[in-house]
This record gives sequence, C-alpha cells and structure tokens, in this order.
Amino acid sequence: MAQDAATQINTEQTVSEKDLRYYTASQWQLVWWRFRRHKLAMLGAVVLLIMAILGAFAHFFAPYSVTARNGEYIMGAPQIPKFWDANGVSLRPFVHGITTKRDPVTLRKIATADPDTRRYVHFFVEGEPYKLLGLIPMNIHLFGLDEGKLHLFGTDELGRDLFSRTLFATATSLSIGVLGVLVAFVLALIIGGVAGYFGGPIDYVIQRLTEIVRVIPVIPLYMGLAAAFPKEWSNIQVYFAMTMIFGLIGWPTLARRTRSHLLGQRGEDYVLAAELSGASASRVITKHLLPSFTSYIIVDLVISFPYMILSETALSFIGLGLRPPSVSWGIMLQDAQNIRAIEQAPWFFIPAGFVVLAVLAFTILGDGLRDAADPYSVSSH
Amino acid sequence: METTPLITVEDLRVHFPIYSKGLFRKVAGHVKAVDGVSFSLGRGETLGLVGESGSGKTTIGRAILRALDVTAGSITFQANGDPVDLLALHGSNLKHFRRNMQLIFQDPYASLNPRMTVRDIIAEPLECLNAGSRQEIDEQIRAVAATCKLNVEHLRRFPHAFSGGQRQRICIARALSTHPKFLVCDESVSALDVSIQAEVINLLMDLQQELGLTYLFIAHDLSVVAHISTQVAVLYVGRFTELAPTKELFFKPLHPYTKALMSAVPTIDLDREFNPLKLAGEIPNPAAPPPGCRFHTRCPYAKQICIDEEPEWKQWRPHHYAACHRVAEIN
Repeated sequence: MAQDAATQINTEQTVSEKDLRYYTASQWQLVWWRFRRHKLAMLGAVVLLIMAILGAFAHFFAPYSVTARNGEYIMGAPQIPKFWDANGVSLRPFVHGITTKRDPVTLRKIATADPDTRRYVHFFVEGEPYKLLGLIPMNIHLFGLDEGKLHLFGTDELGRDLFSRTLFATATSLSIGVLGVLVAFVLALIIGGVAGYFGGPIDYVIQRLTEIVRVIPVIPLYMGLAAAFPKEWSNIQVYFAMTMIFGLIGWPTLARRTRSHLLGQRGEDYVLAAELSGASASRVITKHLLPSFTSYIIVDLVISFPYMILSETALSFIGLGLRPPSVSWGIMLQDAQNIRAIEQAPWFFIPAGFVVLAVLAFTILGDGLRDAADPYSVSSH
Repeated sequence: METTPLITVEDLRVHFPIYSKGLFRKVAGHVKAVDGVSFSLGRGETLGLVGESGSGKTTIGRAILRALDVTAGSITFQANGDPVDLLALHGSNLKHFRRNMQLIFQDPYASLNPRMTVRDIIAEPLECLNAGSRQEIDEQIRAVAATCKLNVEHLRRFPHAFSGGQRQRICIARALSTHPKFLVCDESVSALDVSIQAEVINLLMDLQQELGLTYLFIAHDLSVVAHISTQVAVLYVGRFTELAPTKELFFKPLHPYTKALMSAVPTIDLDREFNPLKLAGEIPNPAAPPPGCRFHTRCPYAKQICIDEEPEWKQWRPHHYAACHRVAEIN
C-alpha cells in the first residue's frame, strides 16, 4: 500500500524549479528573499558595510595617521582633486600646490593654493608604516600625492588630516556600538530568558528590577559614571568601561522582548508537541524556542546600534568619554564646537554627516529587517 | 471487545487552581475541568469524545498523555502485556513511555515548527528517544512518511510549502514515527475543509486497520464522531453524562443532554423534520458547578432530586452507561 501511495503522488504533479526552491527554503533564506525586496534597507546595509570596511581598514584607506601633522596647511580647506584647470586637462587627478605665507598683522600662517603647480594623486603609494588589522605590517596607502599632502576633508587647528581622522573615528565609534550591543545582548538574553522561561515570582522580581534600570535618566548617569573614571586610566580602559556602561544600561528593552517572546512561544502547540515527543527542556529551548525569536533579536540589535553610537558621541562631545589622542566621532565634533570652526572651518562638521548617515542607515536597515524577520507571518509566496 | 482493555481510566480528576492577584498569589479556588471520569478502551477501538466548548474534552486527552498534572484518579495502560500505572511514571521512564502514545493536534499550522524541515519534524520523537543512528532514523521516517502518503521529496521541504491537509498528514506521521499504540486526536479535523476532513479521517481509519491503533477521538462534529468511533462518550462540565456504543448512543440515547445533542444534528433528509430541542441557559462555570446533577439547570426533566443528589453512573443496557436520576421515567 505504501509503495502504491508513493508512486501515485510522484505522478500527481511536477513541481516547478521555482516552487521547489521556495518549498525547501529555510527560515534564513526566506528572510533574505524578503529583505532583498526592500531596496532602501539594502542601501542602508551597503552604506554600513562600506563604513565598516573603511573603519576596519582605516590604516589603508587613510593616507595619514591620526596624529600626523601638516605644518604647512593648518585649518586648511578640503582639497578636491581635479582633472582640469586653466592650464589644461590631465587624465591623472591632481590638486594645486600650497604656498604658505605669514600674515604680517596676526602672524598666522596663511595657506593659499598655487594654480600653477600640480600635485598628482597616485594610488597604492608608500607612506607611514602600519599594521593592517594590527597584524600585517604594511606601508601601502590607498592614495597619496607625489609631493606634499592631500587633505580631502581639510585639516584641523593642528594641521591633522580630517579625512584620515574621520576614518579612524568611524572604526572607534562603530566598534563601541558593536561591543556595547554585544554586552547588552548577552545580558538581555540571560535575564529575559530566565524571566520568560520560569515565569511566576522570578519573572515578577526581574520585571521590577528592569523597571528600576529603565527609569534611571541616562545622561546624568553617563556623566556620573564617566566622571568616576580615574584620571590615570588609559584610553583603552576608558573605551572598555564605556562599552560596559552602554551595555549595562542598554539591556532592558531587549530583555523585555526576549521575555515576552518566550512567554508567548512557550504555549504554542509545536512546543507541546516536542514535549510530548520526549524532548528535554534544553532541547525545547535550543531547537524550538530560540530559533523562533532570533530574527526579532537581530532586528532589535540593529535598531539599538544608533543609540550606542549616539551615546558615545554625546559622552565624548561633552568631554566625558574618550580623550585625545583617541579619536571618535564625538571627539571630532567636540573639536568643532567653537566659534572659529563655525566661522572659518565648516569642514570640521563633516564627521557629523557620518554620524547622521550611520544612524539613518542603521534605522532603515532595522526597519527592513523587521519587515523581513518573520517570514511566516503572512504566507506570501 | 477484548478482555483486557488497552487503557483504563478511573475517576480521573483534573483541577486547575485559580490564583488571586498580587505578589503573594493565594489559591482562590479550582476550575474543575475534569471531575471524576471513568472509561476503558480496548485495542483497536475508537472512543469519540463529544461535548460543548469548555466541557473538558481536551483536558482529558492531555491528562492521559501526561501533558498536564492530574489531581486524582488512575490511568492504566496495557503496554506489552503488563499493566503500567501512567501516573506513577516520572522522568526518563515517562519520557520513554511516551513512544506508546501520541497526540494529533487541532491546528496543523501551529503544531508544526515552521523552522524545521518535515524530515526533522517527523524525526523529533525518534531523536529524543535516541532511537538509532541517523541512517536508521531516516529509514524509519521514509517508511512512516509513505504510510501517511507523503512523498520522499516532501521531507526536504518546510511546513510553509504544504496545505492544511498535508500538514495534518505530517502531524500524523510525526505521531506515528515511534509506533505508538494509542493516539489522542484532539479536534484533529475540525480546522480542515470538509473534503480534506474526509481524506484525513479515512487515513486515520486505514491506519487503525493496518497498525491496530487505538484512538481517543475528540470532536464537536457529531457526524465525524459517528463515522469513526466504536463508542462515544458525552461530556458535560467535566463529567460524563453518557457512554455507549456509537449506534446505541445515536439512535437510543438515554440522557436528556444527549437527546438534545442528537436532535441538533443538522440533516439533509427533507422528509425528516428538523426540530432541535432547545436548551435554556449557558454551560455552567466549571469553577462553581451546580450541585447534584450538573445538567439540572438546563434539563427539561429536572426535579428536586436532581438538585439534591448526584446521579449515579450506571450501566442501563449492555455497555451503555448514563448518569441520570430519571432514565427509567424518561425513556
């Protein structure tokens, strides 16, 4: 009888390749297919990916190091490579050379572009030695000038290249976000998981604790904690302390969500089916409960990134976070908060554009992921 | 009917505590979902369990499967010749005994984990019992899938690729993978289209013949119950009102509640008058059931004795039980 049935069904229908692909698609494939249709979110993902790559390989993409100074070009405007000028066209991009004079009244150095000299842009040039990802010793930079220095975003009051500094700041700020979110994630999963799985009085106590953490106003707390950092701490120590603070404050929302998902899924039929099949508690949690909300958690993580980044930026901006010579978006914006920058050097604000871009990209990405995260919500084909 | 039944349930009681609100939650009362139910079920038989919503049908099924805590009573399962006291099983003994009994759910959408392939879903009971290597399990799965008319190709797919009827066949395959003797079908066809219902019921009946399965078939659709059951029990607020072989119950009901149920079955026979007995009122709250006979609040034949005394569960005809003071007078 079994054989008959099998052959009967075999001839019943021939499934098209496309349908078969859908039928055999796992949760993550379905999420990916749905996500791909969300063009804006894809754009956000690409922007973030580019930022992450720029940050991770900042040593390579940045022509100069964080502290390298160009004494000839202080508070200099951004230099934009050109392909032509009054003297004709060039296939290789170039910038004009700089001549520096002292102002006879203020004695300040004034840099002016000399339209008759050309400094050509070269790619993969040798420059300051560094270690790629802290491992591979190299001295090749993506681009540089044959003579003199190129400052795409201009320079600051000390003549440091803002483009290079922005790239290094991207690395710092994004990594603080990642680490902070990771700490928050682990805490949220443990706390929310315990509350949701055991329920009852344990849940009650944990929920009240969560509320206590949630009502603490964030900025005064950051200020208090940051002020408590010992002055002699190195920047690395401050860096990790900051990520810990962000993590310790960031967990409640995610913990709540984890708890409510566990509470909701615990009563589902398929969980009972697994229990009746003889599945142990750990098997139910790892094979049934956890996979049912990983997608939500990823969405939540992505959405909480901007808060971490903004927290770091805010903290460094008010001078309580990282200190020079470390460089982050917040520190760069702190440098920009004076009348001179606003009046004479608007390019100091370029890092703010990166902050806005990153936060927007994360938000859009989170939005798209949220739409795609539950492929079983609508049985769309 | 065999001499030793496969399952014997005696005076089964399942009470759920009601907690008061606040931090210190005190027990404020009990919902008596099942309150003294006894029956026995022979190998290869099907007991249809009917009753209104909230009468305790699902609770009985889950109590027998040890999916919830039983307050009192006994459940004896005749496994391989030895009677096993189900309520005495714990831990890994219970886990291993689960291979003998399985549940087929009502909702084929909620009862399959959407994130697992059909193969993994069917394999779950076997994997939990460590029933051999992956190859051996795969062979068993292929066999059981074929029995449930599932294509081998289907095993690679995810539940979202299937229709309701196919999903229910997957549920049946999962339930059958450990070769159980006893299946609880909890409203297993009520979520399906009528044509699919027939398909699934026929599959269940074929499987029963082939594998000698015993079913506890919970439903509220009387025509379905009539088709599949060898005997039928009627449940009202946690208690049986009547238990009889299917034909007896449908054509010669004793209890007034059963009579009202039977008269409410719609018919397409135009010659027969459709004139259902209308019961006044609602099903009582199982947290505070009425005294005496629980049906007296709605019974057209109720007398003082029905309020004062609980009716005895008595055998009136061969294999035909009912709990009513006035059986003799009414019939």
